[in-house]
Amino acid sequence: MEILVCARRVPDTSENEIELNAAGNDIEREEFVYSVNEADNYAVEEALQIRDRVGGNVTVVTVDGEDGEEILRRQLAMGANQAALVSDELFNGSDGKGIATILKAFVEKAHYDLILAGVQADDGAAQVGGMLAAMLDYPFASLVNSITVEDRKLKVSREIEGGNREMNEIDLPCVLSIQTGINEPRYVGMRGIRQVASVPIPALAASDLGVDNGAVGEAAAKVKRVDYFIAAAGKGAEMLHGSREENADRVLELVAAKGGLK
Amino acid sequence: MVGISPQDVVNWLVPGRELFLALHVLGVSCFFYIVARRLVPLVRAQRDPRFDHPLVRLGRVFKFWLGQWKHPRYKFAGTLHILIFTGFILLALRAFTVLIVGVSQNFVMPGLAGRTGEIYDLITDYAATVVFLCMVVAAGRRLIFKPARYSVPAKYGKGQTADAIFLLGLIALLMVADSLFAASRSAGHLQQGQPAEALAAFSMPWVLQRFISSAMSASLRSLNVGAYLVHEIAFYFLLCYRPFGIQFHVETSLFSIYFSKLERGTLKPVRWGVSDELLDQVKSFGVKTFEDFTWKHMLDFYSCADCGRCADNCPANTVGRPLAPRFLTTKARDYVFQHYPVLGKANNSNPLIGNIYSEDEIWSCTTCGACEEECPLLIEYIDKIVDLRRGMIDDGNVPQSLQKPLKALESRGNPYGKIEKKRGDWAKTPEFVQDGKVKVLEGKNGANTLYFVDSITSYDDRMQSIGRATARILSHLGKNFGILGAAERDSGHEVRRFGEEMLFTALRDHNTEAIKASGVQRIVTADPHAFNALKHDYKDVPPVEHISQVLAREVRAGNVRFNDVENKDSVYAYHDPCYLGRHNQVYDDPRDVLDSIPGLNRVEMKRSRDRSFCCGGGGLMLFYEPKEEQRMGVVRVRMAAEAGANVIVTACPFCMVNIEDAIKVAGMEGKMSVIDLTELVDQHMVCEGCPAQTEKLKTATVGG
Repeated sequence: MEILVCARRVPDTSENEIELNAAGNDIEREEFVYSVNEADNYAVEEALQIRDRVGGNVTVVTVDGEDGEEILRRQLAMGANQAALVSDELFNGSDGKGIATILKAFVEKAHYDLILAGVQADDGAAQVGGMLAAMLDYPFASLVNSITVEDRKLKVSREIEGGNREMNEIDLPCVLSIQTGINEPRYVGMRGIRQVASVPIPALAASDLGVDNGAVGEAAAKVKRVDYFIAAAGKGAEMLHGSREENADRVLELVAAKGGLK
Repeated sequence: MVGISPQDVVNWLVPGRELFLALHVLGVSCFFYIVARRLVPLVRAQRDPRFDHPLVRLGRVFKFWLGQWKHPRYKFAGTLHILIFTGFILLALRAFTVLIVGVSQNFVMPGLAGRTGEIYDLITDYAATVVFLCMVVAAGRRLIFKPARYSVPAKYGKGQTADAIFLLGLIALLMVADSLFAASRSAGHLQQGQPAEALAAFSMPWVLQRFISSAMSASLRSLNVGAYLVHEIAFYFLLCYRPFGIQFHVETSLFSIYFSKLERGTLKPVRWGVSDELLDQVKSFGVKTFEDFTWKHMLDFYSCADCGRCADNCPANTVGRPLAPRFLTTKARDYVFQHYPVLGKANNSNPLIGNIYSEDEIWSCTTCGACEEECPLLIEYIDKIVDLRRGMIDDGNVPQSLQKPLKALESRGNPYGKIEKKRGDWAKTPEFVQDGKVKVLEGKNGANTLYFVDSITSYDDRMQSIGRATARILSHLGKNFGILGAAERDSGHEVRRFGEEMLFTALRDHNTEAIKASGVQRIVTADPHAFNALKHDYKDVPPVEHISQVLAREVRAGNVRFNDVENKDSVYAYHDPCYLGRHNQVYDDPRDVLDSIPGLNRVEMKRSRDRSFCCGGGGLMLFYEPKEEQRMGVVRVRMAAEAGANVIVTACPFCMVNIEDAIKVAGMEGKMSVIDLTELVDQHMVCEGCPAQTEKLKTATVGG
């Protein structure tokens, strides 16, 4: 099975202190460290596991600047067969639809049976996967938390609010957005990354993909970020300062008052 | 057999001579064949250079093998073993002599003729008796008293009792046969009016001789030949049976001890003989299949006598984690016996993880070293555990809870993912700055001492107080010191012990460069893990000391005075951090410092010094979620309470984390508290001309 995983490089939320920039419309990115978006990492692991079960190839693609190579190396070290960096200054400022347009052009350059994306990027809007499916006219399932391959079909389960699951059959080729927790991604250390240091990663520009320049980039973006907030601490929190016994009694009272204990 | 002229001897063994010769040849060839087969995996193993320092190694053989140094740590079993061991050593010549007499009737062991021989015979009469009695006692222990450490939980395999009894029985039989042989010969000579061998009074041969002295000469003759035959068969059976179980240590222990690891606190490299620069070319890291172990580690598997002392002292085993060092070894031994059979072809190269070991088992170890400290045969465990972890890391097989801190160590140089430039912020709190500023070393700006803080003390709110106390102590002592601040990275101590060698190398190289650039001549740290890393894992850095060593020296030199203890009713117990105590042998310095505080009432926990009980582990172990029945820290806190203490003093930030949590978990808040040695010293140090100590800690206020 030929599998494509769309991955993204994002600021690592657990390793950065988020502060607003002077203009107040974005965050201060200078001291940031980046990593592959968590849900995308689960998608790559899932792709690798499917490949190891049924055979085939896993390709990881990202739309980013030069720095995107960093996460692609990591995914190659995990075991992806190849990676591609789609990079062009024309793409800067693209909105979700623009990114989906670029990815569609990339997909049409080759043949993929299955396209996986993370359920959403840490700083994203969970829209690219669905849009890409629509543009390709492929079936789409979101929030997928298990995949079974059955000939030219997949059986996928989806997470439903409240922890329930539903099972779906979906025809290949298709696009799935992968929920975190679907598997346990393998660890990639420095050694793994060094071992793939010399694997070539092709960089593809707009002209290589035949993307319509008018459909991507800042000019084509119909969604624009105009402001960025760091939420102020709410007033709902109550700190308990008593002894352990007092606090335990108070917690019991509060939970009971909210109907948590019957 | 001695003391009379050979021609007078009526040797009754003559008729059996051919039979005995055949048995000798068969027994010896079987033994050598089996041993040769046992050596096959060792030949296929990884290299391990253990041929250096022959005199040091011989010294260890004298101390730990011949001197049985570790055995008295378990008084009863140890004494029993020393008696049996001594008996075996004494009886060795006698056994060989008896064997040879069967084919060469007039044989006398060189050096054992005449008077010496008579004395030797008397001594060995007693030796055989003592060994026999020890077998009875040992069997009694196994069958009636059943010490808990001998039991084998079902998940680790089958019990050893039947095998142990069988072996004890065989040895007892050998002793009886030997004694009966001597007794019947002596009785025969006596009956024939020939000079008879003297038997040691009240020894087993002596007693047996009384019983049989009135028997017919012909019966004595049959008895003598029979006893000889039983002795011969039992001897060779035992010889050839030993390589199939725990008794193999009789042969291998001498080699295990000779080739034992000489340096504490160190880790073996990924591959011996491969430099760090060439590591990238190594195809596979660590131990994945049995053949990835070094030959010495395989020898360890053969040598383990399954005495259970390691597991008895292992904190992971005590709290119900799925690890016991003993079974790490016995499972490997079962594996090698099965996959390298004495008859038939070797089949190998199966992955060990998922087959004989579980992932949780290998991650459960805190590398505290209690097992290695206890092992009478100096078997190594930490290197094996780390090698197995290296293998899992190489395969990407790492618990999710450890992946984030490892990634953060890679990108930020600390497991918390905190940003680098805030690493030195602990020294910038307003009250602290009032007491004097801590220099951040940039370039060679004059300080000759580096205070290496490490991640937890730099970033953890509670542990920062240890950093400030240490800095205050250093400045009160008049040291010209500084910190690396943002340029410091995690020491990588646990990174390395969790098997992530390449990440460790990167951290080490970064720190080494920063330390060299600072131009300091010595390093001080209050974190035993950083201490051990800088001392043993780093190369080319200035000498490093733990703050307790610095303090003890200054106290002994009379440069430090302490005020009377603040909390007069408190009873203090010092908890030895594993990487200060066991791994680096610093036991007395912190105690001496404590004892120099006037009025401080200190007690010892039952498990202290080299038997200290791990608090739960440091570094990445804080992120690991083990399967366990209770926390190590809780067990430790209860031990302190049992010793009558209400303040635990430790000298390690990780011990502080674990013990502080454990006090809460055990519900002992208000009854027990914990304080770092530096904090306690900082509270009590007399400092003329110092500004008022504004940030005095009042954590140890129990009873005060």
